Amino acid sequence: MTETAFLLNGTPVRIAGGSPTRTLLEYLREDKSLCGTKEGCNEGDCGACTVMVTDANGPKALNACILFLPQLHGKAVRTVEGISGPNGTLHPVQAEMIAHHGSQCGFCTPGFIASMAIAHTLNRTDHDTTLAGNLCRCTGYAPIIRAAKAAESAPIPDWMQTDQHSLPDTVGTGEAHSLPGAFRPTNSDDLADWYQQNPNATLIAGATDVGLWVTKQLRDLGPVAFLNAVTDLQQIEHSPGQLHIGAGVTVNQLREALLPHHPSFAELLRRYASEQVRNAATIGGNIANGSPIGDGPPALIALGATLHLRKGHDLRSIPLESFFIEYRKQDRHPGEFVAGISIPSNAPALRCYKLTKRFDQDISAVLGCFNITVEANQITQARIAFGGMAGIPKRASHVETAVLNKPFTLETLQTALPEFVKDFQPLTDMRASSTYRLTTAQNLLIRYFHDLNGTATNVLEVAL
Amino acid sequence: MTMGKPLPHDSAPLHVTGQARYLDDIPLPAGTLHAAFGLSICAHGSITAIDLSAVRAAPGVIKVYSTADFAEMPDCSPSIHDEPLLAVGKVHYFGQPVFLVIADTHLNARKAARLGQITYADLPALLTVDDALKANSRFEQGPIIWAKGDAAKAIATAAQIIEGTLEVGGQEHFYLEGQIAAAVPQEDGIHIYSSTQHPTEIQHKVAHALHLPMSAVRVETRRMGGGFGGKESQGNALAIACAIAARDLNKPCKMRYDRDDDMMITGKRHDLRITYRAGIDAEGRILGMDFTHLVRCGWAQDLSLAVADRAMLHADNCYHLPDIRIESHRLKTNTQSATAYRGFGGPQGIIGIERVIDHIAHTLKKDPNDIRKLNYYRAAGPTGPGTGHRIGSTYSPANSAPQTTPYFMEVEDFVGQDIHDALEKSSNYQSRRAEITAWNSTNPILKRGLAFTPVKFGISFTLTWLNQAGALVHVYQDGSIHLNHGGTEMGQGLNQKVAQVAASVFGVDTSQVKITATDTAKVPNTSATAASSGADMNGMAAQNACEIIRARMADFLADKLGTHPNEVRFENGTVRAGGESYPFAQVVAWAYQARISLSSTGFYATPKINWDRVKGKGRPFLYFAYGAAITEVVIDTLTGENRILRTDILHDAGTSLNPALDIGQVEGAYVQGVGWLTTEELVWNAKGALTTHAPSTYKIPACSDRPPIFNVALWDSPNRENTVGKSKAVGEPPFNLGISAFLALSDAIAACGDGTRYPNLDAPATPERILAAVQGQRA
Repeated sequence: MTETAFLLNGTPVRIAGGSPTRTLLEYLREDKSLCGTKEGCNEGDCGACTVMVTDANGPKALNACILFLPQLHGKAVRTVEGISGPNGTLHPVQAEMIAHHGSQCGFCTPGFIASMAIAHTLNRTDHDTTLAGNLCRCTGYAPIIRAAKAAESAPIPDWMQTDQHSLPDTVGTGEAHSLPGAFRPTNSDDLADWYQQNPNATLIAGATDVGLWVTKQLRDLGPVAFLNAVTDLQQIEHSPGQLHIGAGVTVNQLREALLPHHPSFAELLRRYASEQVRNAATIGGNIANGSPIGDGPPALIALGATLHLRKGHDLRSIPLESFFIEYRKQDRHPGEFVAGISIPSNAPALRCYKLTKRFDQDISAVLGCFNITVEANQITQARIAFGGMAGIPKRASHVETAVLNKPFTLETLQTALPEFVKDFQPLTDMRASSTYRLTTAQNLLIRYFHDLNGTATNVLEVAL
Repeated sequence: MTMGKPLPHDSAPLHVTGQARYLDDIPLPAGTLHAAFGLSICAHGSITAIDLSAVRAAPGVIKVYSTADFAEMPDCSPSIHDEPLLAVGKVHYFGQPVFLVIADTHLNARKAARLGQITYADLPALLTVDDALKANSRFEQGPIIWAKGDAAKAIATAAQIIEGTLEVGGQEHFYLEGQIAAAVPQEDGIHIYSSTQHPTEIQHKVAHALHLPMSAVRVETRRMGGGFGGKESQGNALAIACAIAARDLNKPCKMRYDRDDDMMITGKRHDLRITYRAGIDAEGRILGMDFTHLVRCGWAQDLSLAVADRAMLHADNCYHLPDIRIESHRLKTNTQSATAYRGFGGPQGIIGIERVIDHIAHTLKKDPNDIRKLNYYRAAGPTGPGTGHRIGSTYSPANSAPQTTPYFMEVEDFVGQDIHDALEKSSNYQSRRAEITAWNSTNPILKRGLAFTPVKFGISFTLTWLNQAGALVHVYQDGSIHLNHGGTEMGQGLNQKVAQVAASVFGVDTSQVKITATDTAKVPNTSATAASSGADMNGMAAQNACEIIRARMADFLADKLGTHPNEVRFENGTVRAGGESYPFAQVVAWAYQARISLSSTGFYATPKINWDRVKGKGRPFLYFAYGAAITEVVIDTLTGENRILRTDILHDAGTSLNPALDIGQVEGAYVQGVGWLTTEELVWNAKGALTTHAPSTYKIPACSDRPPIFNVALWDSPNRENTVGKSKAVGEPPFNLGISAFLALSDAIAACGDGTRYPNLDAPATPERILAAVQGQRA
């Protein structure tokens, strides 16, 4: 990769040189004077910098503030300036936002317009989900939703459909070659070789966490590899009873794939960060990161996932829970990377409960995932895993043992509650106190029983 | 007549296309420098050593300023000169600017600002109101006490006493556009761009810092990406820093806080503890009332005295409290200096009395609305035509004498009871209350709650001299109209409202009126766009200017046609006189050729108000704005998770200047108010560091947090006072309606118990606090 080539509002641009960790937002605003795209938080939480990025899979919303330029190679970017048509024709969502008074201070508006236009292009009407990553402090959102609904039936403008058919030709731009300090492999063999030789390098997939190392911690990353062209790591394969998920599968792709198999897990992933982040973040990154509050691992552990690691030509597979050793320490050797996971395709009793201060786009205070198998009213298998309760995503082993081979009754579960303190001594931080974490972890086990028995436990399911 | 039309925000087409220009979008000359502050990592301490060598050596750094570089440290305070630009000798909070970096790029400035090596000798840090109270660390000599009647006696002799304590959290503004300023040196002064609600204050502070007359400093503000009070005084430091560097280095300089820095440095809504003690009769009438406010003001005074005053001024909300005592402590702590935030203390006052009402109702096992009706102020008399909105009126001539507030102001315009009755009816409050009780009895895990909150909010600055506004109107010879006023546009649609006022005076379409950036060179001595006063005051000033020009045109045309000026009519883009009708632009052209001045300033000073804040007596407000909300919620008793299910609002905007913009203010304010009391939690650690300094940890409402059923209507009745178009201010009053969500959560929690224990829910009602309160019911 000697340069980065992409389409910007329909016009090809080529960027040679410069830091590989320069963000798209900075480039748009400082080099291209495309100032419609705003910086609100510089960490991917407010959505004011949302842009449309199209690749062979179609258009999606991404946060430009934590998107590095090399990630855009071979893609098409459309900013708010390019969402208006030629000669200034308004996009239907723009016209409806005016008509429904959807902007007040207007600073978040370009990001909303981008998210809304992308959802409109994809015929999506789950507005609360597609807009969860766009914060507005003025309107209270009601007029924005009115505008989004009003635009639903409008035809997709021609100019919004051209990007996918005119992606830039990247031949001759030196695919696998390096910018200084940056490598962009197109297959996992090349990645494995390079990473074995550069074990201290930073691997960048979606950059939804690494982006903040640059924009907030102001770190110089040293050598980096961009993984987004490693297509063989982005596959989801089915075998009898199993799903094999490549590390490069994005959280949104995973959510879609899990819907028919694990609806509760899929619903959890609907609340994983925001649409913009889910479009970039990968499940491999979520695991490799080792965060105790990443939302993927507890659910995967409850499912009994197997983790596949690769170093050079060597592959090894381990139970996912054994990957997490202690806070930010994983069983990953130098030069070894997460290649994928395998999970059972069927687990009807899996339930995932995410507790946060705010429902959407918040980091879990507690995440409890329960997968209890009952045969002849006896608990024959119990996999219970939590996030936010320890320095790592962790199984509730004592609780599991306490319920095994017992009847699946409220009494059984209540009897197991004192076991929680043996499994977890959670900390107090700005998200929740230790007491709240421990109490709700116990209460989620009670919720699980009521949930499986059809008692109403979900505030999201109460509607007037 | 364009006043009253629901026109879109004048900038809406620019907003949606990304063309609306915010300060950071303004192209500045090549070579513009960028500034960043190095921040204290100590809440209270003496600076024993400053080593900035690594900062100076960092890539791109042009200059670094610290205390040693100033003979006299510039001051950023809007009140008492207690906010040095950079810490001098001591630091007073974690996040206080200690040094200033000027670099070639924003990123380089930020990177260098992390490299300072500051050594501190720790001093005891007062972080909480308890810490400050114990140390008698406060602003003003002692607590401010206002009293009416004899509260102690009335409470002592009452049938029953209701008492309790309520902790109320602060709130980060989270304007989407962070603080930003830029300075461009001029040959004989300086030009400042600032994202500020108060250009004149910026002008004043920059002039002071540079030792220039105010006339040498010009401040321009086109629009802000949100303000909410957070840009009333908090932009001073950035503008001063840029001005100093720009003048020193003779280059333009820009400063933009990164979001985390913004949240670490700037002030927030005042948090406080409210202690209450009410003496009531058997039915629930409040006979005697005693409040104590412990207000955490942070390290510098800023606007805290006025904020704490306004909390006291709203301690009554809609209720007549014959004997009342309010004691307010303005406590000085080693935290960010709390500042203006939409409502300016009013919400903190209102939530106290609403809590009392709720507590009384719970104790007496009555519906809180029955308690409200017993205690409301006496209804205003009819205001003449257009008051056909009374439902179940309690007005009768026999009891029409106005009652007075705790600060002895007569409440002449109380429509709270009428709004109450209308909203109860339109929202089916009574039948829903019964349905919820039944639902709760069959749902063991989830519980629903319902609550009503009325609002009476005083309109005017309590610092009387601020109640003035100016405008400058030019009518050009082609009939186009250019208007400036002293208000700033932060999203509220002020410019559109003022344009509608101006267009109405001239009888032209609003599109003919162009309003440009607020500019201290065009309208001087402006007050902050704050206290909801923007349209009230600037609308009147603009109207005054337009009427002066219109009168000149009418005089001219009447003279020309031999008719009387009173016969000249300006409407529908034409001027009619002497039986003829002429295009507006034609008459303007004639007037120009006849050498008639087509330019005028306008001015407005709010009438009737007078206020003695020390005694707590007078008429601080021209009028009150009213409203009410009913919110229904559901909670999960296992986790404290909760959702709003439905909200109904009826809000008084007088005769609305623009119902679309006003409804937008009401909806937005409500959701922001809900955020304050639910998900928005500010957490400081033991070292005094704010740990919720980014949107990843500080959670303002997201899209799905809005009520799924959200019925908002305006109470359409003219203001009794002579305001612009008989409208009422709308920016802050509806913020208070969010209190209904807090009380609804409390109501749902109460449904978990047997009715003997009041939930005593504190704010913000996070899932954790809700769960704790549920456990309190079941313990």
